Amino acid sequence: MLRTVVQRLLQTIAVVFCLVSFTFFAVRLIPGNPFADEKAIQPHLRERVAEPFGLNESWGKQFVLFWKNVLTEGDFGMSTSLFGRSVNEIMATAFPVSLTLGAGAMLVSLLIGIPSGVVAALRHNRLIDYASMVLAMIGICIPTFVLGPLLQLWVARNLPWINVAGWERPSDIILPSFTLGLVVAAYVARLTRGGMLDVLAQDYIQTARAKGLPAFRIITRHALRPALLPAITYLGPAFAAVITGSFVVETIFAVPGMGQHFVTAVTTKDYFLLQGLVLFYGTLMGGANLLVDIVLAAMNPRLREHA
Amino acid sequence: MRFLTVPALFVAGALVVSCDSPTMVEEATAEGILLMGNSGEPKGLDPHLVSGVLESNILAALFEGLCKNHPSKDGVALPGAALRWTPNDDFSVWTFDLNPEARWSDNVPVTAQDFVFAYHRLLDPDLPAKYADMLFLVENAETINKDLRSFVLLGNLPGLPIDPEALKRPPFQPDPDAAGDAAPSGPLATLPAEARRRRVRAAGLDGLGPGDLETVLGEPALVAWPAGFTPALRTRALELLLEYARKHDDGTHESLASVLPLGARALDEWTLEITLRGPVPFLPEVVKHYTWFPVPRHVIRKWSGGDIDLPFTDWTDPGNLVGNGPFRLKEWRVNHYIEVERNPHYWDARRVSLNGIRFLPVQNAYTEARMFLDGQLHVTYTLPPEMIPYARTHIPEMLRQEPYIGTRFLRVNVRRKPLDDPRVRHALAATIDRRRLVENVLGGGQTPASGIVPPFSGYKLPQGVGHDPERARRLLAEAGFPNGRGFPELKFLTVDRDTARRMAEAYMSMWEEHLGIHIRIEQREWTTYLQRQYDGDYQLAGAAWIGDFLYPTTFLDMWTRNNGNNNTGWWSPAYESKLREAEHTADPAAKLALLKDAETILLDELPAIPVYWYTTNYLVRPEVRNWHPLLLNHHPYKFVELVAGGQ
Repeated sequence: MLRTVVQRLLQTIAVVFCLVSFTFFAVRLIPGNPFADEKAIQPHLRERVAEPFGLNESWGKQFVLFWKNVLTEGDFGMSTSLFGRSVNEIMATAFPVSLTLGAGAMLVSLLIGIPSGVVAALRHNRLIDYASMVLAMIGICIPTFVLGPLLQLWVARNLPWINVAGWERPSDIILPSFTLGLVVAAYVARLTRGGMLDVLAQDYIQTARAKGLPAFRIITRHALRPALLPAITYLGPAFAAVITGSFVVETIFAVPGMGQHFVTAVTTKDYFLLQGLVLFYGTLMGGANLLVDIVLAAMNPRLREHA
Repeated sequence: MRFLTVPALFVAGALVVSCDSPTMVEEATAEGILLMGNSGEPKGLDPHLVSGVLESNILAALFEGLCKNHPSKDGVALPGAALRWTPNDDFSVWTFDLNPEARWSDNVPVTAQDFVFAYHRLLDPDLPAKYADMLFLVENAETINKDLRSFVLLGNLPGLPIDPEALKRPPFQPDPDAAGDAAPSGPLATLPAEARRRRVRAAGLDGLGPGDLETVLGEPALVAWPAGFTPALRTRALELLLEYARKHDDGTHESLASVLPLGARALDEWTLEITLRGPVPFLPEVVKHYTWFPVPRHVIRKWSGGDIDLPFTDWTDPGNLVGNGPFRLKEWRVNHYIEVERNPHYWDARRVSLNGIRFLPVQNAYTEARMFLDGQLHVTYTLPPEMIPYARTHIPEMLRQEPYIGTRFLRVNVRRKPLDDPRVRHALAATIDRRRLVENVLGGGQTPASGIVPPFSGYKLPQGVGHDPERARRLLAEAGFPNGRGFPELKFLTVDRDTARRMAEAYMSMWEEHLGIHIRIEQREWTTYLQRQYDGDYQLAGAAWIGDFLYPTTFLDMWTRNNGNNNTGWWSPAYESKLREAEHTADPAAKLALLKDAETILLDELPAIPVYWYTTNYLVRPEVRNWHPLLLNHHPYKFVELVAGGQ
């Protein structure tokens, strides 16, 4: 087990290194430059604006310096689009917001996804099953940029205590969490239903039924745990994705999270910010996958033995 | 069924709570706080480093220039940091009497020295200030900012064999032809001979540091000296440059201003004298721009450790930032909001009605409009065109559609065939039905443009371009493309927004219908779109220009030969001589007439095809008072009032 974990850890590190290095060069290859603006930079200023960021150096030198600063000082560099702010500072401000929102979204997705998946499986091929699976399909298909504005118009405009957008009141977390969480909920519902159907057909459930155990106890004690395995495989990466923010949801609801930075860093060619975000996201994603593997192994005795 | 009860309870609970809690706007109005949408996170709050509109919205609250905008009248300057101002006879020297009551927000007096310091800092060649050219009206400002060392230090050398103006060109200045190929880096002495020569050419003598200049002094043949530079003269020139470079690099960062005084002087603490490079009767309009604001030298010095050209220090952080405007910085949370509060030390604090302003960086214009409708904002930054009809029917009293000093035009790369032929450019221009475009595609109340300069009071618009498909077809035939036969497919570069696509499709259909020519639309995201224009890598591009101050030169100066905002490859000696003539003319009416002549040349040649003049569309709640239409859309906050339940 430990060997697998260490092995996977090393793999993750290698993947993240490659990912960030690729980003480093890819973002420099896109046409455009970080200092392009409504007003052109007069020719005599071109080098001067790049100087404080070390961007006049060769790419090789910049690359070595970047990794050196990251590894020795944990310093991701300075943002070129937000003057005087370090990438570390920007991420440290934005991540807690995305984490809060992501946690809300996860809560929404679990509270809706798991019960509806279970109920659908129990009422297999009946109205409730079809209804919840249609709803899940809708949840997967409706893009957040449609759902968000609809919630703003239908819910927020009618309820004075819910704002259309912003990050001022505690209630401001509700709509974006719901928008962000619904897709995940839909997948969770489908995966839970599938897992549940699988498990319910197993011999040991039949045995439990035959022993005369109450249905509720069979589901919660015996069926649910193995039935959730497929959903958990999906939830790890989904969680990492959800807590690092979504550009669409954050701009629609004016939430000051990380997702906005991801896109604006590309469009403004903020090299250092993008590198920092990719490094952060990659690490989180790798970590989440690793965690899922460990959890799966812990939950599934068969996997544990094989490992 | 249990999974249905949770949302049901939620909805029921929501309805119960939905009694009358006040909206954000109602709360803010009661507190005297203005809630403004501001479209994005500002890049910074150092007036010398930023260049955008959304930054200027915040800076206008924190700082104050010599003159201030009138709340309702364009082109009227009210006293700001200065009480009075008087020009000399030909408007080339202006004396500003500062308000002795004026204080920084830390209660330190605002003096003429603060202004002089600010102008020196903005022009400092080591500060990456993109907007420094706003000050080039001031005598010697351009020379100092461009760091033309040879021009200043060698200009008076006895026996100089060349025109001093030649000292502003290679080999003294960087050679643009040599800069393209990767210029070798590292100390000059360590490079092989050929690389040394290339490096000296690429950097120019002015661009070499003390170490490299020493190398050149030992080997003057590295420089492609103009004819007539004797060995003695070469040595003398290099010695002078070396002496200056050493002084500059020893940590004091002295700029050329120490040798060549800048035309901004503090006669005493309360008197500022500005000497310009020509007559500028409209200077009070220019000094309203934030590049002309003072900055607190005691604070900047403190946070930069005396090294004033250090660009990104903490002096603009909340708690550190000191301004002289009606408000001071209270809170700044990235991507979240910036809040300013009343500045108790402001000289006219009694006149200020608002207790604060909260700027919200809402990027999504639809979200912004919905927030406004939900009572979360007093003023929006913009209103998407699709929502204008809704606003017009439902909240007509809150919809603002006001002329704005900006022009949308098509930038033409005249270096590309067949666009090098003015007849082709005129054919393209005359085919555009601007009225239809404005009414059917934009619908925001914009004005069809006949010229590049929008209507100003006092400026007579030249006979410009209009809609005439007949003439367009004739011109195209004359240029050798009857009915568009043989005309190559043109590429049309624009940004990746929906309206940009719709505009481009409208041009496409008009040109196809009347001229029989085809274009391919290329949408690129913002910085790529810009970069391709800077590189001249385009044929036609949708573009726009927003004026910085109320005078036609803000639209005309950019079309000169080496201006970074031209990018068309077009330039004209006749055009530039008209501009120069205007610059040296003192009489305001004659000056405007010359500028009109210049624009006539521009519209004859048409490197830029005017499309429409801007209108800003946005929403303002009735509680907001004293918010009047202004061409620059800079509403002086000190006069703005909030009245609860205002109708």
